[in-house]
Amino acid sequence: MSQPTDITLSALRLTRRYGTGLAVSELDLELRRGEVLGLLGPNGAGKSTTMQMLTGNLAPSSGSITICGIDLLEHPKRAKANIGYLPETPPLYRELTVDEFLTFCARLHRLARTEIAQAVQTAKARCGLSDMGKRLIAHLSKGYQQRVGIAQAILHEPDVVILDEPTVGLDPNQIRDIRALIRELSTRHSVILSTHILPEVEAVCDRVKIMHRGQIVFSDSIEGLRRSQQTEMLLLSFSRPPTLDAFTQATGIGAVKILDNGQFQVACSADSPLTESITQAAASHSWGLTQLIPQRASLEDVFSELTLNANKSEESA
Amino acid sequence: MIFTLAWKEFRTLFTSPLAWIILAVVQFILALVFFWYLSQYFEIQPRIQQLANPPGVTEIVVNGSFYFAAILLQIAVALLSMRLFSDEYRNRTIALLLSAPISSSEIALGKFCGLMLFLLLPVALLTLMAASLALGGTVDWGLIGANLLSLVLLLAASAALGLFISSLTEHPLLAGFGTLMALIFLLLLNLLASDPNSVSTYLSLLNHFETLAKGLIDTRNLAFLLIFTASFLVLASKVLDWRRMRG
Repeated sequence: MSQPTDITLSALRLTRRYGTGLAVSELDLELRRGEVLGLLGPNGAGKSTTMQMLTGNLAPSSGSITICGIDLLEHPKRAKANIGYLPETPPLYRELTVDEFLTFCARLHRLARTEIAQAVQTAKARCGLSDMGKRLIAHLSKGYQQRVGIAQAILHEPDVVILDEPTVGLDPNQIRDIRALIRELSTRHSVILSTHILPEVEAVCDRVKIMHRGQIVFSDSIEGLRRSQQTEMLLLSFSRPPTLDAFTQATGIGAVKILDNGQFQVACSADSPLTESITQAAASHSWGLTQLIPQRASLEDVFSELTLNANKSEESA
Repeated sequence: MIFTLAWKEFRTLFTSPLAWIILAVVQFILALVFFWYLSQYFEIQPRIQQLANPPGVTEIVVNGSFYFAAILLQIAVALLSMRLFSDEYRNRTIALLLSAPISSSEIALGKFCGLMLFLLLPVALLTLMAASLALGGTVDWGLIGANLLSLVLLLAASAALGLFISSLTEHPLLAGFGTLMALIFLLLLNLLASDPNSVSTYLSLLNHFETLAKGLIDTRNLAFLLIFTASFLVLASKVLDWRRMRG
């Protein structure tokens, strides 16, 4: 397969204004085949707006979107044939049964009459809905409705699957199932999913873009995201805690602070382990070291740091 | 594609009790009206026999019932069309249609056809009642045909108007009320106008219906109803595009 076709979706300088406000500003995005891209951001960051534009539900104020080499704004019908979209609220006709609904969706996507039954069966099987075909959508639980929403998005085997917060409102088991499904989807489709839950990104995404106030503030692979926070923390508890000055004198560590619960928090980097000097000092001064917990900076920290920094720089500007 | 949407709309209508109630009530009232006109005809038959060119049973019974049906079914149109788009906006299901490979005009046309398919049911039953007159005498088939054609065209025009108004709001009741008011206004235009050649007579849907139903198949009346229908269908699809721009 040639290089250009491997890019299934690309958006260039995508901008959306609402009145005077900017919901999304100059956003660039590129998706390759077989890849899961996570769009991460706090509520109101512009994730849903971006996805609505990528799926032709909302016209961008400026910028361009290309799906499988077809311009979405110039040839919407041809471009949309390659998209499967699950919006924030699953678009389900509650008065239809699962089978009726999925058959209707298959027809909407112009599947050949002979393929429809097979496509509906496959989509149901992939989303764990095989026994639900005859049930009214209105009678399904939230988790199953969400699955019907996903089934609808993958029914026609689109190249690009766009899922807006696919695991919101599900219980932990369902979340695990849906994440497994998304991983499985990525073998054949490319997936964009939005979320404000960091572990979700870690669990399923290959790449992550963090959005804040309509702009991308961070864009890298998952490994890159982890690497960007090399510094680690050590949490220490003592039965006879020293004062801060005594601790610094004995161990030679300056970057330390005492937390509210009496624990000591020490910053260190992965390549200079401090555990040895701490344990030696603790033993010789008989502080009674009871706990030594290494802590990695979580994605939460990365996230809040990035978005808070963006806030600060905006305020100072 | 249009048929897929139309069929879905048609079937969805039958999942609500409203559609069944409308069908039952309309049929009941139309049957009463039909028999009332029939009994009227028998009452005056001996007297009108004296006339040089007496009106036939078709003219009195069929025209009377179809005229009544025209007004009654316009109310039904307001009730049935109000959900076409409003419900999709409100339940956010419109995203399914907007991200599918179909155009706005296909969406509007599909929904319109679905509603028309439903409206054809009471019209068909009414036509059967009219045709049943043939069991007891001779009927003017041409006139029944003219009535059928004009009623279908009138309902198409009202349905297109209702579809357009439904595309404007998320609130089905508001859409239904708006459509009803618009249709009543169009009816009143006919009554208010003293001069049969005035603009308001010309804008009245019912006026065009009446002329056609008399058996005067005039291109002007046909064209008015068809253009009216097409205009509001185009407007409805433009509203969809506009919502995409506005967000």
